[in-house]
Amino acid sequence: MKKGNNTWTIIKKEFARFFGDKQLLFTTVIMPGLLIYIIYTLMGSGMSKMATEGADDLVIVRVENLPESVAPLWENLPATALLQQPISEEEIENLEDKDLNEVLARFPKGFDTLVAHYSAESGELAPNVEIYYNSANNASSRVYQLLEGSLSAYEDQLSNRFDINRADSEEAYFDRANQDDVLGSILSKLIPMLILMLLFSGVMAIAPSSIAGEKERGTIATLLVTPMRRNELALGKIVSLSGIALLSGISSFIGIVLSLPKMIQADTAGIEMGLNYTSADYAVLLLTILATVLIMASMVSLLSALAKDVKNAGTMIVPFMLVVMFCGLTPMFQSGTPVGLASYLIPFYNSIQVMTSVFAHEMKWLPAIVMLASNVVYTGVAVWGLTRMFNSEKIMFSK
Amino acid sequence: MNEILRVEDLTKTFKLSRKQQKIERTDRNVIVAVNQLSFTANKGEIFGLLGPNGAGKTTTLRMLSTLIHPDSGDAILDGCSVVRQPEEVRGKIGFLTSELKLEDFFTPNYLFDFFSHLHQVDEAIISERKQQMFSRFGIDKFAEVKVANLSTGMKQKLSLVISLVHNPDIIIFDEPTNGLDVLTARVVTDYLQELRSEGKTIILSTHIFSLVERLCDRVGVIIDGRMISCGTLDEVCNGLSLEDRFFEIYKEVKGGEE
Repeated sequence: MKKGNNTWTIIKKEFARFFGDKQLLFTTVIMPGLLIYIIYTLMGSGMSKMATEGADDLVIVRVENLPESVAPLWENLPATALLQQPISEEEIENLEDKDLNEVLARFPKGFDTLVAHYSAESGELAPNVEIYYNSANNASSRVYQLLEGSLSAYEDQLSNRFDINRADSEEAYFDRANQDDVLGSILSKLIPMLILMLLFSGVMAIAPSSIAGEKERGTIATLLVTPMRRNELALGKIVSLSGIALLSGISSFIGIVLSLPKMIQADTAGIEMGLNYTSADYAVLLLTILATVLIMASMVSLLSALAKDVKNAGTMIVPFMLVVMFCGLTPMFQSGTPVGLASYLIPFYNSIQVMTSVFAHEMKWLPAIVMLASNVVYTGVAVWGLTRMFNSEKIMFSK
Repeated sequence: MNEILRVEDLTKTFKLSRKQQKIERTDRNVIVAVNQLSFTANKGEIFGLLGPNGAGKTTTLRMLSTLIHPDSGDAILDGCSVVRQPEEVRGKIGFLTSELKLEDFFTPNYLFDFFSHLHQVDEAIISERKQQMFSRFGIDKFAEVKVANLSTGMKQKLSLVISLVHNPDIIIFDEPTNGLDVLTARVVTDYLQELRSEGKTIILSTHIFSLVERLCDRVGVIIDGRMISCGTLDEVCNGLSLEDRFFEIYKEVKGGEE
């Protein structure tokens, strides 16, 4: 006889089970990342296409009674041809055809004089400009925005008393946030929640089958009559589940990272997609993900062990999943991360807060250490609990 | 004879749910499955626990295998207590029951290695023993076939082999021929006799008289969780056939209750 660690034997067996099942491997590890990449890329392309469609199409702008004051503003608009002519009702009706790249504008006769003599205090209606367009036609809609924008600017100019944030030079910019902070703010609200969801989906894909499934199939009893200690079995199950869930999470994360620039159209939004995080940020992020997946696998394993069968395990895990998802949403409703260290003792919420602080370039060591230490302690407690469950004939063999 | 197993006042009760109370047609919420059971088994013998369904045979064997804990009493297997040293006990026994299943996904080859590692068997011995056992039971041809694709008989033979990967001195079989086809049943009973000749101790439960008569050196008759009679076949049978003697005992016990 030899001495050895049965935890490692259990981990190897769980990995052999997982990697030997090509279908499970594909659906749990490869598919999430691939699907996320494909879906986000397609969504990004779709949105980009919608945003740029019709940008270069020539639009005929027919104008009735074009005033001298407005003519210089409208004559040099990009991709437009300005025609001065009376507008008939038939032409307005024809504009319902969404393939017609046209905009019709009708000014009242003597527009400039009317505007000059108009007083808001008189109580009379102001001179009205009618601009007809078709919002289903991107080109027509784009030119409408240009015309409406230029008229609004002209209207402001007529009663100009003061300016806000006037750019006196090309270098002048008033939003003092740097690009890192802008990107960090976006990522800190989105990515932690996504990571939590992806890790959970990885755990969910395998945990119910790993313990409740073994109970259901009767294979757990075969393990329990070996001389292996129950804590070795518990630790082996939790570590292997964590490893597999982590693979699933990594796959999904790669999918997100590759598709994110396309999804948020970083080039058109003017955001530089350089992730300027320090190696300490990356290290804390990695440790946080590891600690999160450990506690997640631990909790789901406990529920799975309590369940009678795989179906029952799925039902029991759903409320827990909702709580975890709620924790994932908290960065959306709060500004900054909590100051008190006690908040970093709450499982899942603590992971989310640390990840949020990392992405927002606000990572502090003490909260991160409290989160890591508490999650390791909770995992230890879960291993102890799972060991007790493996020792409980009522839990292991109840039908 | 060298005593290798001593069972002392082993008792196990189960709580009954309302549903179980209805099925059992009883108002009691607790059922005594094993009631102060005591017996011994010697090295190199086959000891049979004989009794009707629900007599407590399986519960007794599950306690001996440490799958469930006794409420009171103890069993000492080769010097180790099922109450205080369950891990050591599990290292000394091979336990087989229809309740124990093998994962369909794996091959016999993988499962033999896996359970050998859990039993801390030396690497050099694993390969030799696997070859020997697989060849003995005709599993060698199916060594790389997933359990899911094996025939029922082959699965049962594999379960037997897996329970013995560590070459234990004490082998506990719950209804060893239950559900087996006649050919597999014969292979198993022949193998049990072979194990006895190697000096192994076998504790089996059954309700089949012929099996006890053919295999067992000593027998214990259990009814309602209590050991009613225990000894060699001659001692228990008292000049009658085992079947006749069993029904005589059963009538005495049940008649007394009525």
